[in-house]
Amino acid sequence: MLKTSEIAPRFPIMQNKTLILVIRYLFMILLAFLLFGVILLISGKDPLKSYADIFTYTLGSAYGFSEVLVAMIPMLFTALAVALPARVGLINVGGEGQLYIGAAFATFGALTFSSLPAWLLLPIMIILGMAGGAMWAFIPGYLKSIGLVNETITTLLLNPVAPKIIGFLIFGFWHSPMDTVKTPNFVAAARLPTFFGTRIHLGLVIGFILLALFWLFMKYTRWGLEMRAIGNNAQAARRNGIPLKKYLIVVMCTGGAIAGLAGMSQVSGFYGVLLLNFSLSLGYMGFMVSWMAGGEPLGIVLMSFVVSVIITGGNLLQLTRGVPYSVINLLLAFTLFVVLARPSLFRGKKS
Amino acid sequence: MLKPHSTSNSYLNAVTMRGITKAFSGVLANDNIDLDIYASEVHALLGENGAGKSTLMKILYGFYRLDSGQIFADEQPVMILSPHDALAIKIGMVFQDFSLIPALSVMENLALFLPKLPAVLDVKGINNHIREVSERYGLDVNPEALVSQLSIGELQKVEILKLLLADARLLILDEPTRVLAPHEVQALFKVIDSLKKDGYAIVLITHKLKEVLECADRITVLRNGKVAGTLLRSDATEEGLISLMFEKKLGTPTVTHKKVSPEMVSPLLVFRDASTHAEGLEISLTAIDLRVNPGEIVGVAGVSGNGQKELGELAMGLIRCSQGKKFIFGKDFTEKSVQEVRMSGVAFIPENPLTMSIAPFMTVLQNMAITRTKKYAKRGGLSMDWQAVRGDIDRSTQKLGFSFPLYIPARSLSGGNLQRMVVARELIDEPRLIIASYLTRGLDVQSAIAARQALVQARDNGAGVLLISEDLEELFALSDWLVVLYAGKIVGTFRPAETNVYEIGHLMTGSEVEHAEN
Repeated sequence: MLKTSEIAPRFPIMQNKTLILVIRYLFMILLAFLLFGVILLISGKDPLKSYADIFTYTLGSAYGFSEVLVAMIPMLFTALAVALPARVGLINVGGEGQLYIGAAFATFGALTFSSLPAWLLLPIMIILGMAGGAMWAFIPGYLKSIGLVNETITTLLLNPVAPKIIGFLIFGFWHSPMDTVKTPNFVAAARLPTFFGTRIHLGLVIGFILLALFWLFMKYTRWGLEMRAIGNNAQAARRNGIPLKKYLIVVMCTGGAIAGLAGMSQVSGFYGVLLLNFSLSLGYMGFMVSWMAGGEPLGIVLMSFVVSVIITGGNLLQLTRGVPYSVINLLLAFTLFVVLARPSLFRGKKS
Repeated sequence: MLKPHSTSNSYLNAVTMRGITKAFSGVLANDNIDLDIYASEVHALLGENGAGKSTLMKILYGFYRLDSGQIFADEQPVMILSPHDALAIKIGMVFQDFSLIPALSVMENLALFLPKLPAVLDVKGINNHIREVSERYGLDVNPEALVSQLSIGELQKVEILKLLLADARLLILDEPTRVLAPHEVQALFKVIDSLKKDGYAIVLITHKLKEVLECADRITVLRNGKVAGTLLRSDATEEGLISLMFEKKLGTPTVTHKKVSPEMVSPLLVFRDASTHAEGLEISLTAIDLRVNPGEIVGVAGVSGNGQKELGELAMGLIRCSQGKKFIFGKDFTEKSVQEVRMSGVAFIPENPLTMSIAPFMTVLQNMAITRTKKYAKRGGLSMDWQAVRGDIDRSTQKLGFSFPLYIPARSLSGGNLQRMVVARELIDEPRLIIASYLTRGLDVQSAIAARQALVQARDNGAGVLLISEDLEELFALSDWLVVLYAGKIVGTFRPAETNVYEIGHLMTGSEVEHAEN
């Protein structure tokens, strides 16, 4: 009774805020495209036609759209792997490494238990993938919790180590008879099911579910409340009897587990095989998405969608317009720049 | 290059504030306030916590922007948008929390604040200038000393010097005596007096009546963001001011001593020869022997920075004994974590609520729940029983006579309300042992009495209290035992009735320490 009367007047404001936020984001992305248009002009391409290409190939056809969603899947996970630890003030730059280790563990499952049926094998792979990512994140989490090293440094420095381990495993044990840079193809039971004859796989659903769970968890649960307290003021949380060290380790490992799941979903849902260096900075991409989204689940969906449009569109631009792929990184950089510069750019006008 | 303040000819004669209004997220902190400040005058700004004193002065210092109203300096309308603007019209402010850089020397700190800092420092010139000004007003500090080595009283002198060197003519002091020992307060009043004689205007923000009556020329009382009255010192009486400060007459709640005979009861908290190793800026505790029995308040006196913070944290398990033992409720808690200490029924009111006790961006309601999320958990923790939290808050605040809003971020509470929130939270579960550091810091008279009464009530119900405080009056009034902490050691244990303020004060400052002001 008390509650509703207190909250009710705030609700319309909240809706208004969300609307303003969405409009603002769209405006910012427009700005990024404008800036990038200048680059295209300078390199002698027609920006309007290039953009038309990007959008018709990605959003204009069912196939293009499905490809965007496919590209989005790993980013949902890796962004969440950043957003969750960020709630307790941990900066996880190690999504890339955690993803690789997760993929390696899942691959181990796929190769070892290949005779099992899918309903058993896939959960095993998921658990293994998460365990791998969590293990990789445990190292920085533990070192942070005993106050030894900053997690930003350790997660980052562990990133280049992980692909080396994958390389060692593939070259040493797992490579297929035909090809030394990848494992044999997974059996059908080790593949995540795909939908509608496209490459969209179950990972998308799992990603959305995880994001929803994340939102519910932070908003309603006891542990979400304690995590917010830690993120707000870790010293006070400690004095208030919240087990800070435990949270730092567990949350970091959970973040790692989610990144590991990204690796699992890539090898099982997308490639069907473990390739050397398959990630192409999906971990870093997730970091960018999470920061642009302010760590909010809905924002993560929106931002990973935008980034996916740019990446898939960029791939096509390379073919149709002869724009080098690296130029697409410029567009991504512009987007990141505009979004992160938002507070100082728009504060004066809007408020 | 350096312009000595004495030659500056443009004195500030009067600052006038008219119709000053300022709201924070809908709450009116200042409501149409008029205030006049004249040169050669000490103007006290008196009021309860959250009455709007600090807000009003922070507006004058350009720290906050006013919503409406006007400020005139010598009858010229002025726009003060930043502290820089304020200094340009010779208004300066000393905040409650000092803003000096510890790693630099006094001289360097002061030089940084000079209006025209030359590219190459004339160290000698600045030093001489500092000495000249500081001798004139009795603000003696060694310009070459590092700020990190100064006592709190000295820090305050440096803050005042900083403003004088920056040529401020109106000095705003925000609760300057809060952190000072009694003799330091007297020294400060002397400084204020000599400044006044030289034509400075001084605004003293405070809620201590005695100080106001001792050194103010004019007194403005604020209540709920409005001016409740402005009087000359000669017209002011203690009762008059109190009735202006509080709408209703203050009943004088008495703090009673009900003795519980402590024979043969098992102590709640025992330190046996407990020592710690200091890390960073901490103080090492050495061979602490202390016991808190049920139904006892053990007061810990001392000048802050002598191990009080560490003693509280040691009791809570935030730092560990390097030697010796700690027992809580008769069990060995030497190696137990802060969670286990809290779970066993120990409440903790740390010295600084903002940095040590609350999550600033979470609402007050959420903050009230974070110490015992397990208790309020529903469905195994999947959701929280906010109804129960509110119920507990209602009960606790009613008992204490506090009230504060629940649905705003804790950050937007005033200092006094924050402390009320923490006190109310910590006393919810009727703890058996309460560790309270600077319980009444920042609280106004009424709330301080309520908080003290809460402790006494808990004591009478058989709880033990370790009360760490700098307020000797409070300690003498409440304590069953009084220990003095100096340089990390307990240098004296007394029954309050068997000692006096002078003996304690002597022990607090250490016999070999000489204070120049004395």
